[in-house]
Amino acid sequence: MNKTAIIKYPAGNIQSVLHALDRLGTKAVWTDDPEEIRSASRVIFPGVGEASTAMSFLRNSGLDEVILSLQQPVLGICLGLQLFCKHSAENNTECLGIFDVQVQKFEANGQQKVPHMGWNTLESAQGSLFQGIAPEAYVYFVHSYYAVQSEYTCATTPYTLPFSSALQRDNFFAVQFHPEKSGKIGQQILHNFLTIN
Amino acid sequence: MLAKRIIPCLDIKNGQTVKGVQFQNLQEAGDPVSLAAAYAEQGADELVFLDITATQENRRTMVSLVRQVSTVLNIPFTVGGGIQSVAEVGDLLQAGADKVSINSAAFKRPELISELAQAFGSQCVVLALDARPDPEWQVYLKGGTQPTGRDLLSWAKEGVERGAGEILFTSMAHDGTKNGFALDMTRQLSQSLPVPIIASGGAGQVSHFVSAFTEGMADAALAASVFHFGEISIPSLKQQLDHYGIPVRL
Repeated sequence: MNKTAIIKYPAGNIQSVLHALDRLGTKAVWTDDPEEIRSASRVIFPGVGEASTAMSFLRNSGLDEVILSLQQPVLGICLGLQLFCKHSAENNTECLGIFDVQVQKFEANGQQKVPHMGWNTLESAQGSLFQGIAPEAYVYFVHSYYAVQSEYTCATTPYTLPFSSALQRDNFFAVQFHPEKSGKIGQQILHNFLTIN
Repeated sequence: MLAKRIIPCLDIKNGQTVKGVQFQNLQEAGDPVSLAAAYAEQGADELVFLDITATQENRRTMVSLVRQVSTVLNIPFTVGGGIQSVAEVGDLLQAGADKVSINSAAFKRPELISELAQAFGSQCVVLALDARPDPEWQVYLKGGTQPTGRDLLSWAKEGVERGAGEILFTSMAHDGTKNGFALDMTRQLSQSLPVPIIASGGAGQVSHFVSAFTEGMADAALAASVFHFGEISIPSLKQQLDHYGIPVRL
């Protein structure tokens, strides 16, 4: 049962995640079948899109319950991280609540634009996802909403204010950046996720 | 700290890379997939693929090129050139592109910007603006050959209001000259708009990139021939930017 499942739901393209896993020699299945997801050894929950649309899809399809019931390592990416939080300011959306954390919108100022787009640093990165990652490593972000810092924060990134670029609670991991687009650093982080015991 | 981005642009014609001097006298510069991989290896932060002969039959070539690129590339990339519809963008994103850049079609039908932002999110909608100071900056179409009479800044503002997530500004007066970027206009755009600005057109030396980021306040700088022909190498460019205190991903 050494299989990675990528949860299928209408939130952006997942080609780049599949390709990144492929480069690491991992074949993943893209599926919305609850049994297939539950039986996978690892689950990735990607996402680029809008929170309320994604959440209503998860609720209507019952995938919300499937995600909450997972015991194996699960990785949320980008919108995936935000949906793992409790509430998002994006269209005032109730999310999955794995992390009791609020998702807010960045406020643009003269120097800092929104969306936060490009390569930024990981600070105080800790835990199994970041094994072997040098301090202040650069990863690639594209987002306008962010998770505030909390007890679940396992990496922060400075922008208009420091925000949670990674969260972890038990078997649930989440990153705001795109490891699949973050060069060699991103590949290492994905590799770390795929080899968590 | 958010890094300033260095973006090589690959002009694509019939599946091959070309770069023209002021969009004329196109020269061969290589195979796009291997160039893309080489740039990622060297530390390019992002790539742009511009289909300069965008036609219906070339579109299929482009989608298949995007698919090949996305299997090897572990950094983000944008695809542009002749994009007209939500369906085309869907195909390109599905093939693995991270963003699309739109230009003439958005100018002719500004609703396209909102439709794309609605369907795929602003983060993947790059509005490309070609302009020239005549002496007021005006928008040009058709690779910089057709003046529109529309003020550059006002069109850029409208584009952002409609949902463009990033602006790719090319000064046609600077493109291909290797005399430096259009700093004043780049800075004006950067100060007036809440989204990232990519400066394009005129890169010839390292100092031009330095001033694009300092004086021009650009978030990213795009260039083609100086990279393709090895006149500036990305690792040494980034070392020098770092030396000048500009945040870059080394």
